[in-house]
Amino acid sequence: MSLSLSRLFRRSTVFIFLLVLVVFFSLTTNRFLVGQNLTNILVQNSHVILTAVGMTLVMLSGGIDLSVGSVAALCGALSAGLVARNGLPAEIAIVLGLVAGFGLGLVNGGLVVYGKLPPFVATLSMLGVARGLTLAYTNSRPISNLGDAYNFWGRGDVLGVPMPLIVWVTVVVLMTYLLSQTRFGLYVYAIGGSEETARLASVPVNRVKMVTYGLSGTLAALAGVLLTARVYSAQPQAAVGLELQAITAAVLGGVSLFGGVGNIPTAVFGALLVGVLGNGMNHLRVASYPQQIIQGVVLVLAVAIDMATQRIGGHKSKRGSSS
Amino acid sequence: MNTTPLLHMSAISKSFPGVKALDRVDFTVQPGEIMALLGENGAGKSTLMRILDGVFTPDSGQIFWRGQPVQIRSPQDAKNLGISMIHQELALVPYLDVAKNIYLGREPAGLLPGTIDWTTLYEQAHQQLARLDLDVDPRTPVRDLPLAQQQMVEVAKALSLSAQLIVMDEPTSSLSNAEVAVLFRTMRALKEQGVSIVFISHRLNEIFAIADRVTVLRDGSLVGSEPLQGMTADALIRMMVGRELGETNQRPAGEDVQSQRQPILEVRNLSRAGILHDINFTLYEGEILGVAGLVGAGRTELAETIFSVHPPTQGDILLRGQKLRLRRPADAIRAGIALVTEDRKGQGLFLRMEVGANISVRILHQLARFGLIRWRDSQHLAQEYVDKLGVRTPSVRQKVRNLSGGNQQKVVIAKWLTLKPQVLILDEPTRGIDVGAKGEIHRLMRELASQGVGILMISSELPEVLGVSDRVLVMRGGRVVAEMNPRLATQDDIMRAATGAKTS
Repeated sequence: MSLSLSRLFRRSTVFIFLLVLVVFFSLTTNRFLVGQNLTNILVQNSHVILTAVGMTLVMLSGGIDLSVGSVAALCGALSAGLVARNGLPAEIAIVLGLVAGFGLGLVNGGLVVYGKLPPFVATLSMLGVARGLTLAYTNSRPISNLGDAYNFWGRGDVLGVPMPLIVWVTVVVLMTYLLSQTRFGLYVYAIGGSEETARLASVPVNRVKMVTYGLSGTLAALAGVLLTARVYSAQPQAAVGLELQAITAAVLGGVSLFGGVGNIPTAVFGALLVGVLGNGMNHLRVASYPQQIIQGVVLVLAVAIDMATQRIGGHKSKRGSSS
Repeated sequence: MNTTPLLHMSAISKSFPGVKALDRVDFTVQPGEIMALLGENGAGKSTLMRILDGVFTPDSGQIFWRGQPVQIRSPQDAKNLGISMIHQELALVPYLDVAKNIYLGREPAGLLPGTIDWTTLYEQAHQQLARLDLDVDPRTPVRDLPLAQQQMVEVAKALSLSAQLIVMDEPTSSLSNAEVAVLFRTMRALKEQGVSIVFISHRLNEIFAIADRVTVLRDGSLVGSEPLQGMTADALIRMMVGRELGETNQRPAGEDVQSQRQPILEVRNLSRAGILHDINFTLYEGEILGVAGLVGAGRTELAETIFSVHPPTQGDILLRGQKLRLRRPADAIRAGIALVTEDRKGQGLFLRMEVGANISVRILHQLARFGLIRWRDSQHLAQEYVDKLGVRTPSVRQKVRNLSGGNQQKVVIAKWLTLKPQVLILDEPTRGIDVGAKGEIHRLMRELASQGVGILMISSELPEVLGVSDRVLVMRGGRVVAEMNPRLATQDDIMRAATGAKTS
């Protein structure tokens, strides 16, 4: 009984938090609960949502990807550069940017799977390398003049629905399907739950992990492209700290840091929670430094709740309690 | 017998550096037979089963499956033949549901590429569970099931792989009596269906209840394979133990220790929910009290409870008549209790640090002035103990990991002796230590006892228990079930008490 209660709590924590915040900001500022503002939240947080989805995949399999912010910046800058400097059509430049993101993700995966590096170390290195490459590629200056075709992805709309919203909803639907209906999805959960068992059941553990990192890189690149298009230029310092937001979102959404537990839709709500928090604090004119502090505190709270429910719920599995 | 055996392992030998784990062992299982595999710790049971599972390759010997010679190079090979292992640590993913666990890696394909046919998956899982007479919803996450049912899920998984031989490694060790009954019913049903089972257990009454035949291993050799019908528990214990008692009896003769000396540690009604039950005993000054029992009998847990790693749920611990209030190991240490743990390398030593630092680490505050450690004093002190205990090391600057097991153990003991303990608890003090060093550790224990230290020695080696102790407690299922005089008791007596076999 206590088991299902704790699980219910775990699943609904994010909704409760979100509801509380929405009510709080609606009462304390009169510009929060306005249609345009709500749309803004959905659009402005596209990059957080996309990376949170990728992060969820990686975390479910028992890993973590700290490089998403830098990979987003690098791939955004690369696609922008291919348009502005090399004159490639926007669509081709964007696809190449995504391919680059996939490649960087595979490098992460390779370091973890074949290099046997802890995911934290492998992706922390990539965080540094990709940021350095971004600064080198952009000469530390913004790349602009991207043209309408490129900017459309950040600013355009179809029948009044903003493009970034269309993109992330599509991604969320596809990835949720992938995770819940396919063999690959089941294997991601199995590996995160018990890698040894998965291996014994002849699950292709290495390949599945490579793909999760590859997808995380691709989604980070997509996030970078949307971010670039939305501000009409690729910024060398774009998406700094995005990994923190993505992890916060995933954990708030009930994705376990130990792997094997969580799903994409609630992680998306986790990302929206992060977005609402930022947006509301802006309306309350909270300065940016205190905002970072509050975000940090929220992350700690989320992790503490995660560990607590893990402990309550984990007493039956022998494996979980041994560390 | 004129049928072809399902499995015949012939003259299997396997050596590890320094140990002959298996010496020309034969092992045969007939179709539809429940074969018990019995032996003390280290007798070679698990090595034999790992060879069968393809984890180890035998040095020599041949495996026949249905009369055909086979090579088993990996667990996958074993699985393909129809051999399934159910380990004590269950190989299940706790968060996934029953059906997903049974068919992990072999999901029925759905219409679109890469997808899963969920309907078929749950239907098949349901059928497998029904075959085992198991009333469980295949959509239940495995972690929500009691342990016995989790084991059944493993059995279902084995059956879905069309296993012909299922090896169960101590499947009853964490089950209640009612759950054991359920497991046995399943095992009999499997037998009816022609599936063979290798049943590893220390509990003789269970072996008599369920198995058809028993194979006994001792020190890596086959003692025999016998039908259980007509066999007595005594005969079985004799097969397991074999040798008669006491090669290294170092006890001073003709001294009745208890009557002359003061009690030093008294344990009264000590319980820890579900683990220890109402434990009472007294340890006397200068006494070596041996604690025997099988793995899982609660011996280490008893040591940890006295040392306050885990608080007891009930009961008192008295030191020299004074009731102790212990909340954490630091309290126990302050009271004068020391614990040399079973896990020497993990819990007892800083392997990458020097002998000197390891010995003096417990009393650094005495060796420090203004917060700075006086290393010279520390080394003098360490040298003193190295000499006293005869630790063989080129210098106290040597890194501990470069010492042999026996000398590492002496360093652990030296570390505790710096605190001048009144009670020294040793958990498997000579495990993995060569014979020579073993004798030295025993002499050291005897010497400490003669200085008045009370020693509680947990050991799985019966010759050690009988040869070194002044008195022996036997534990089973978290209780002290017998107290024995090692001069009168035999290994058989201890085994009988430890396994709970009925005396005939």
